[in-house]
Amino acid sequence: MWKYILKRLLYLIPVLFGVTLLVFLIMSVAPGDPAKVILGEQATPEAIEQLRVELGLDDPVLVQYMRYATGLLKGDMGMSYKSKDPVAVEIVARIPTTLKLTLSATLIAVLVAIPLGIFAAVKQNTLFDGLSMFIALLGISIPIFWLGLMLLVLFSQRLGWFPSSGAASWKSFILPGVALGFHSMASIARITRSSMLEVIRQDYIRTARSKGMPYRDVITKHALPNALIPTITVTGLQIGALMAGSVLTETVFSLPGIGRLIINSIQGRDIPVVLGCILVFTIGFSVVNLLVDLLYAYVDPRIKAQYT
Amino acid sequence: MENKPILEIKNLVVEYRTDDGIVQALNGLDLSIQPGETHGLVGETGAGKTTAGLGILKLIPDPPGVVVDGEIYLDGKNVMVASDKEMESMRGYDVSMIFQDPMTSLNPVMTVEDQIAEVYELHEDISQADSLKKTHEILELVGIPAERGNEYPHQFSGGMKQRVVIAMALAGNPKLLIADEPTTALDVTIQAQVLGMMKDLKDKYNTAMLMITHDLGIVAEVCDKVSVIYAGRIVEQGNLVDIFDNTRHPYTEGLFNSLPNLADRTQKLKPIKGLMPDPSNLPTGCPFHPRCDYVMEICSKVKPPRVYRDGAHYVECHLYNEENIKKGGVIERD
Repeated sequence: MWKYILKRLLYLIPVLFGVTLLVFLIMSVAPGDPAKVILGEQATPEAIEQLRVELGLDDPVLVQYMRYATGLLKGDMGMSYKSKDPVAVEIVARIPTTLKLTLSATLIAVLVAIPLGIFAAVKQNTLFDGLSMFIALLGISIPIFWLGLMLLVLFSQRLGWFPSSGAASWKSFILPGVALGFHSMASIARITRSSMLEVIRQDYIRTARSKGMPYRDVITKHALPNALIPTITVTGLQIGALMAGSVLTETVFSLPGIGRLIINSIQGRDIPVVLGCILVFTIGFSVVNLLVDLLYAYVDPRIKAQYT
Repeated sequence: MENKPILEIKNLVVEYRTDDGIVQALNGLDLSIQPGETHGLVGETGAGKTTAGLGILKLIPDPPGVVVDGEIYLDGKNVMVASDKEMESMRGYDVSMIFQDPMTSLNPVMTVEDQIAEVYELHEDISQADSLKKTHEILELVGIPAERGNEYPHQFSGGMKQRVVIAMALAGNPKLLIADEPTTALDVTIQAQVLGMMKDLKDKYNTAMLMITHDLGIVAEVCDKVSVIYAGRIVEQGNLVDIFDNTRHPYTEGLFNSLPNLADRTQKLKPIKGLMPDPSNLPTGCPFHPRCDYVMEICSKVKPPRVYRDGAHYVECHLYNEENIKKGGVIERD
């Protein structure tokens, strides 16, 4: 098992270099010269040229990337063009906010979605089933920023229950968590329902019932553990989507997290910071996927047998 | 000497109502089993055998299954009116079922011993340690080393899984055991072992058994009484000697004729012509008439009445009346 985890973590290294190279190339072909953006419209061509040399932007893209990659190998993520602070410092300061946001969104999504999916499956074709699948459809269709704005208007502006911005207390994460988690909740609920429906038709469910086990226990003890595998898969993928969604959510709710940092950095052509944020997201996504795979082994002994 | 039967099914009618039509799975099934007796329910695939077994447990999938008519008494208790709670206390304790396919009948993410121990925990006031101890005993009884109990079903072979399923069914020490083709999924060599084991266990606990099978060899080996089922209705019923030596119904005869002749291995098999009728569109009259070698004009028009040869042996066939059924001779066996 430990060997497997180590192997997976080592795989992460080439992935990180691939991702940074890709982003590097995209940023270099994107219009907008960082030096020009930083110095502003009125800057003289000489000043811009000087800054370009200073930042190393006059070298070929691959040379620039090699310089970045060797720095990365030494644990150096470079300096922000804008603030001149080390990128690592800027990012570390913002990780807790994004982490709290993603965590609250995941919790809200999972805690609502799994019971909803189970009930919808057990009560298939009833009003409850139809209603919960309608909610799930809404969740998949409603854009995060719109939902975020609506929540702000209702709960923050009208009712005043929650703050409209900032990350001061746990209360600040409820609305963003709901806005961000709603979409994932919908996906997870749908997959839980469909895998549950599949599982409750299996022979071993009949076997469990033939033992005289009450139906409720059959569902929780026999059906649910078997239905969880697809649910875990989707939840893992959704956490990736949540990171992407944090960009929107943090903007709408003015949360000082990585999502907002990446947006600001892209606009300011602050390439080292963009790369740093992407690195954090990539590592986060990979680690979540590793955890998901480990969770499979915990849930399903047949998968565990393959990991040795 | 007639005791109170452990199982009595009267005129059971079950339909599966699907979008494609109504499947008439059982059309008035009558069956009665005495304590300790083994009753064979023989018929082709799709004749309604498994539906009958599930009906006794009140586990016919609903939807689409609907019990339209009939009564089932299990140890004197009326299954049809029993509440969920009453059924739960009966299942696994008064009656349990060995399912057809051991590969899919066990929960893949639960250890074998946990799955068996559940039976004890559900029906007895017992500590976890004691239920595990009893589980290990019953595993040994069916020929599985107790230390393998903490393994998962995928680590077991098909034969061993079936032993686990049997152990699970026997754990509650039921008065009636429904065995739904318990050996069909197994290799022939393992079949004999499993069958022998079931017979021993049955004798040991004096359990009544409903043996659902299409294999007349199994019937000859373990059954006291036999019901031949065709299109959801019993067409011939009697004790083992009645059915094997005084065969009356052409369908039963056809089943015997389609067995390979071991004495003359070059002889061609004589299968029953045609196919099992579509249960959503059964033939009129006697449902067997399109395939019957002895078909008469009346067969397609009128459902045959039940004709008794003696108190235990009856057929539903127009070939017979009260007199000629005693003599036999209508059917000549090769």
